[in-house]
Amino acid sequence: MRLRRATAASVAVTVVVAAVIALLPLTLSNYHRATGASVAVFFVAILALNIVTGYTGQISIGHGAFMAVGGYTTAILTHDHGWSDLPTLPAAAIVGFVAGVIVGLPALRFHGVYLALTTFAVALAVPQLAKNYPNFTGGTEGLALPTHSGLWLYEVGWAVAGVMFVIAWFLLRGRTGRAFRAVRDSEVAAASSGVTLAVYKTVAFGISAAMAGVAGSVYVLVNNFVNPDVFGLTLSLYILIGAVVGGLGSLWGVLVGAAFIQLLPIALTTSHISSSQSVPVIFGAVVIGVMALLPLGAANLLRVALHFGSQSRQSSDIHLGTEGR
Amino acid sequence: MTAVVAALERRLWFRPSTSWIVPAALVGVAVFLVVGSLRSSLFAQQTISGLANGGIYASLAVALVLIYRATEVINFAQGALATFTTYVAWQLMAWGLSYWPAFACTLGIAFAGGFLVELVAIRPVERRGSQITAVIAAIGLLILVEGSVGWIWGNQVKFMPAPFPSHIYNVGGVAFSRQDLSTIGISIAAVLVLWLFFRFTKVGLAMRAAAVRPQAARLVGVRVSWMLSLGWGLAAVLGAVAGMMAAASPSVLLQPSMMDGILIYAFAAAVVGGLESAAGAVIGALLIGVLLNLLGSYVSWVTPQLLLPVAFVVMLIVLLVKPSGLFGRTRVRRV
Repeated sequence: MRLRRATAASVAVTVVVAAVIALLPLTLSNYHRATGASVAVFFVAILALNIVTGYTGQISIGHGAFMAVGGYTTAILTHDHGWSDLPTLPAAAIVGFVAGVIVGLPALRFHGVYLALTTFAVALAVPQLAKNYPNFTGGTEGLALPTHSGLWLYEVGWAVAGVMFVIAWFLLRGRTGRAFRAVRDSEVAAASSGVTLAVYKTVAFGISAAMAGVAGSVYVLVNNFVNPDVFGLTLSLYILIGAVVGGLGSLWGVLVGAAFIQLLPIALTTSHISSSQSVPVIFGAVVIGVMALLPLGAANLLRVALHFGSQSRQSSDIHLGTEGR
Repeated sequence: MTAVVAALERRLWFRPSTSWIVPAALVGVAVFLVVGSLRSSLFAQQTISGLANGGIYASLAVALVLIYRATEVINFAQGALATFTTYVAWQLMAWGLSYWPAFACTLGIAFAGGFLVELVAIRPVERRGSQITAVIAAIGLLILVEGSVGWIWGNQVKFMPAPFPSHIYNVGGVAFSRQDLSTIGISIAAVLVLWLFFRFTKVGLAMRAAAVRPQAARLVGVRVSWMLSLGWGLAAVLGAVAGMMAAASPSVLLQPSMMDGILIYAFAAAVVGGLESAAGAVIGALLIGVLLNLLGSYVSWVTPQLLLPVAFVVMLIVLLVKPSGLFGRTRVRRV
């Protein structure tokens, strides 16, 4: 009974948040609508990373690479093959899924540190590949795409984000989500309860990469161009920052993380508190601070405040990937 | 103390594999390189400059191994720290110091910086104990340090004065640049000094003990947490050597992202060496450096852009075929 009440409360909060997001563009300028659309892009990307890192416990530092795969799918299909924008999104999801499964296969054998190393290298290697085949990807100069109004981008971005959120919600609530969390908390226990590690890890990587691919293609639509530098290491790291700040293993934190990544730099520069150069410095310091003080991120802030002192310290530690030690 | 020493005996710096395949393969590679160099002067030149690149990767890879052995954390910020110290050297020279005094000062600053970073940023996270938290904190450090380089010095490319006059030695029709030879020499000297430090000084012994058996070391009076800070300081010094050697090479530009690619080569080198063996990391780095240089000059489709993906594939193959690397211990995971 308590569980059902909790679910009802979450649904109510979700509806309110969704309504606010839906009505927000009425008060925004065209430029700020486009900014809102890029918050939606980061929302989807952080959601994707959260599925594989937060819920399944497989760290990925290379989600920018999956965004690149999806973004280039959209760019090449519209630029070279005459597709219109929106039908490329499912295509990006499919291509992203395939890329995710390919990266996820070695992940079956790697643990913790090795997976971090491999995905970090993927994040740096994929833009190099894009540079190397200019006939296919436009090389360093990239490809230009048709522009859209801020409102269109906002609507498409948040519609996609909403669909992805609902998919993630249902995925993580049910049997699959339980299996993911079992893999994260203890691989041995999961395997002995009948969770096939290989299948679930690969599926988590595939679904996550498919979502990141969709995020990448919306990102390309918002930017209306694509080149290898758009999907550099910084993008991958920013997605990770967003997931960490919002809280790994929490769907609520995703919105906080996305807003943090996209809006903090704008807030800092427009209020002249500090220049855009200082943004990475602040981000880095925040990540270290969050890891030192509050490893479960913003989503846990409330929980910690409510249960301050009554819960043991252990429960606020993350248990990701510690199996591999 | 005997318990610690006994533990160390079982876990030497250079831990040769019991299998004969790895040494045999290495001898084969060495013979191939020597024969090739004798037959073609282009091959010889490319091998030497590959070794020079390998020397740079080796310094960085040994720094990674140093920290990994002590804390089982990959220091993703190692490259960014190296870039930062290289900018410090550039700044000192811009203020009028000549190269070698600036070099020495930078090493001192790097040591203090690495020590402080461990104290301020890593130790509070470390206490919480989870490996993934530490990895993410290292990523945070990478963003922080690389960002502060851009903040302080700007994102424009800077020009590092060359440490050596661009002299070319001509040996039997083969042109060796003094730059390459010095890079090899300095990198090897740095690693060698570090090895001597660990092998023959009391602090070095204490640091090894702290890395291998923290509990036992603590019991015999080693201040384990200070040893970790010291390790970060030494790793930063090695990184500074790598950074300054890289900035001196004509193919690398001094900019905030200078070491991103080199860090991947160092990762690949450390993985080839087994992540826990410093000697393995050096050999891995030299192999990677030579391999990439020879591929780049003899295989037409391997463009400079593809070198990084190639290094990634090498790393992947090693991890899939022999996850413990060429010199690492095979780990048994108990279920």
